Amino acid sequence: MHRNLVRTLLCLGAFGLLTLTAAACGSSDETTTIEGEVEGQTSPRVEAVIAEYRDYLQQNADELVATTEPFVAAVVAGNLVEAKELYVAPRIPYERIEPVADSFGSLDPRIDARETDVAAGDFEGFHRIEKALWEEGTTKGMAPVAEQLERDVEALAEKVKGVELQPVQIAEGANGLLGEVSASKITGEEERYSHIDLVDFEANVEGSEAAFEAVKPLLDESNADLSGEIEADFKMVFNSLEPYRTADGFVSYTELTKADTKELAVAIDTLAEKLSQVPAEIASSEHS
Amino acid sequence: MLPLTNITRRRLLASAGVGAAAVGLGGGGFLAGHQAADASDEGTGSVPFYGEHQAGIGTAAQDRLHFAAFDLLSEDPAELRELMRLWTVAAAEASTGEMVGDVNHVPLAPPEDTGETVGLLASRLTVTFGFGPSLFEKPGLGLAGKRPAALQPLPPLPGDELAPGESGGDICVQACSDDPQVAFHAVRNLARIGRGIVAVRWSQLGFGRTASTSRSQDTPRNLMGMKDGTANIRAEDSEDMDRFVWVGGEGPDWMRGGTYMVTRRIRMLLEVWDRASLQDQERTIGRHKYSGAPLGGSEEFEPLPLDAERSGHPVIPPDAHVRLASAKENDGARILRRGYSFTDGVDESLGELEAGLFFISFQRHPEQFVAIQRRLGSLDALNEYIKHVGSALFAVPPGAPPGGYVGEGLLA
Repeated sequence: MHRNLVRTLLCLGAFGLLTLTAAACGSSDETTTIEGEVEGQTSPRVEAVIAEYRDYLQQNADELVATTEPFVAAVVAGNLVEAKELYVAPRIPYERIEPVADSFGSLDPRIDARETDVAAGDFEGFHRIEKALWEEGTTKGMAPVAEQLERDVEALAEKVKGVELQPVQIAEGANGLLGEVSASKITGEEERYSHIDLVDFEANVEGSEAAFEAVKPLLDESNADLSGEIEADFKMVFNSLEPYRTADGFVSYTELTKADTKELAVAIDTLAEKLSQVPAEIASSEHS
Repeated sequence: MLPLTNITRRRLLASAGVGAAAVGLGGGGFLAGHQAADASDEGTGSVPFYGEHQAGIGTAAQDRLHFAAFDLLSEDPAELRELMRLWTVAAAEASTGEMVGDVNHVPLAPPEDTGETVGLLASRLTVTFGFGPSLFEKPGLGLAGKRPAALQPLPPLPGDELAPGESGGDICVQACSDDPQVAFHAVRNLARIGRGIVAVRWSQLGFGRTASTSRSQDTPRNLMGMKDGTANIRAEDSEDMDRFVWVGGEGPDWMRGGTYMVTRRIRMLLEVWDRASLQDQERTIGRHKYSGAPLGGSEEFEPLPLDAERSGHPVIPPDAHVRLASAKENDGARILRRGYSFTDGVDESLGELEAGLFFISFQRHPEQFVAIQRRLGSLDALNEYIKHVGSALFAVPPGAPPGGYVGEGLLA
């Protein structure tokens, strides 16, 4: 879940992308007001940032739909082995753009909730099917869940087309994705039945990097040193994953030792601490 | 291993600005410093961070501890220098009760200070830094030539049952305060500032002091219910401090005015202890439980009657803790103890409270501790009730003057 991003989106929505008053968002007791760029007066460089990230969102939303279809077909057909193989592919595009999905209210919990996130009767989506395939060893009863999942990812792809974004939100999304890694991937909680957590880990970081790369031209203007450090840290994080890569993905989360997960967590924290400074930096850049 | 990282520009700027301010604030305080171990402002006051010696050693022991040992992730000497510079500034800010950093009111930026001490008093916070032997073994840092001969890993000692995850460390931070949240805040913020350069290796919370370091303080009780540290060195005894605690002319130069810190995580088998009779408990320690007086005596601060006998037996048993730990039985060697009681939940395999003493001692040479522990570890009647499960040694450099940083003599 991305409470911060959701809050930001709600605030921006309420103020029509014009003015973000921190006090109104409950994030601070200061009275500071941040002037957002007025829609319609967006500068070409900011438009380029938004366009680049919207393309990325759309590509991944399309990929999500395209890879969910065969997975759903295998589940509906009752093909357990094939369904387990096809489960991995749609997870990747979803995890790359998850903060945006999160902003569409009930869609993220319907698609991606873990069993412990929701009330007993509301457990559905990818992880309900994951539990059936790996823990229960069957596709039985999963056809309606799979069909609903397909409708939900299609609805998500449709909503992505109309999403409104500003650079600060894109930068906060980059942070949110690393928060996801820290909260549920590095702990093995996200894919608790299939243990493909490192696949999600990489996808979250890829999504974070894409969001960062989109806003990077703005950051380069305000703080080129920070920009360079963050780029190097993304490389460092990807390198730290390499020892666990296999021919068709990553080793099972259950194979990681405490020392392994600590090293990955330290790498993420190092990057995330710097990345968390980007929204304020580019907000100042937008007005310079 | 992680590749080298750089500290962000913002932090560099912040440290430059605040460092300059600190020079003004600390004027005149350097030599006066915090030598005096004053407990009169217990609970609320502030202890000067800058001074001849680091605070948290000869200053009055506060009630709470948060200790952390860090692994260094970088072998770039410039990064280590910068880390110590930033840590010094942040520790000095926190010691006055100020917020850490200067980016705390930008709505779109995460505040530099984590905020949990806003509205709290300085609560006598002290932050003490030390360098472990392993720091001097990192080729990239090039510190091998400056390694004090005294700074060798502690030898295996009788009774050791050490867990590697609770031992050692390249750098340590000892944060003491009368408010546990203030101590926690210091460690948390230093860990955050050091992200990418250091990672926490282990940490320990202590909830009650088990030693007095000043004559103005009463002797506290440890979890065995015994007064602990009656015979401790007191900061007022400057001759003893100079003789047993502070490194002097023996050097190296960068350690002059510093000291060596030993930490031992000592698990107490409280269930077993609680079943021992009062007489057994008192004979184990060599003191009366409630008065703290030596066996056979009536006043806590009476000298130990080590030679006294009754019916042909020594009044203080040969294996009593106070006898074996006494200066008289250790060729006059003494150490400054500054430990804390701890509990960390439950030992799941036993269903018992995981609790004990986080022992901290400061001494001019680690051998002072080693010699005492050799005897205690093999002979002490107390061994039936304790296990040493964690161990670390650190070289604690002298204090920093305003505008300088802790460890400057080593790293500059």
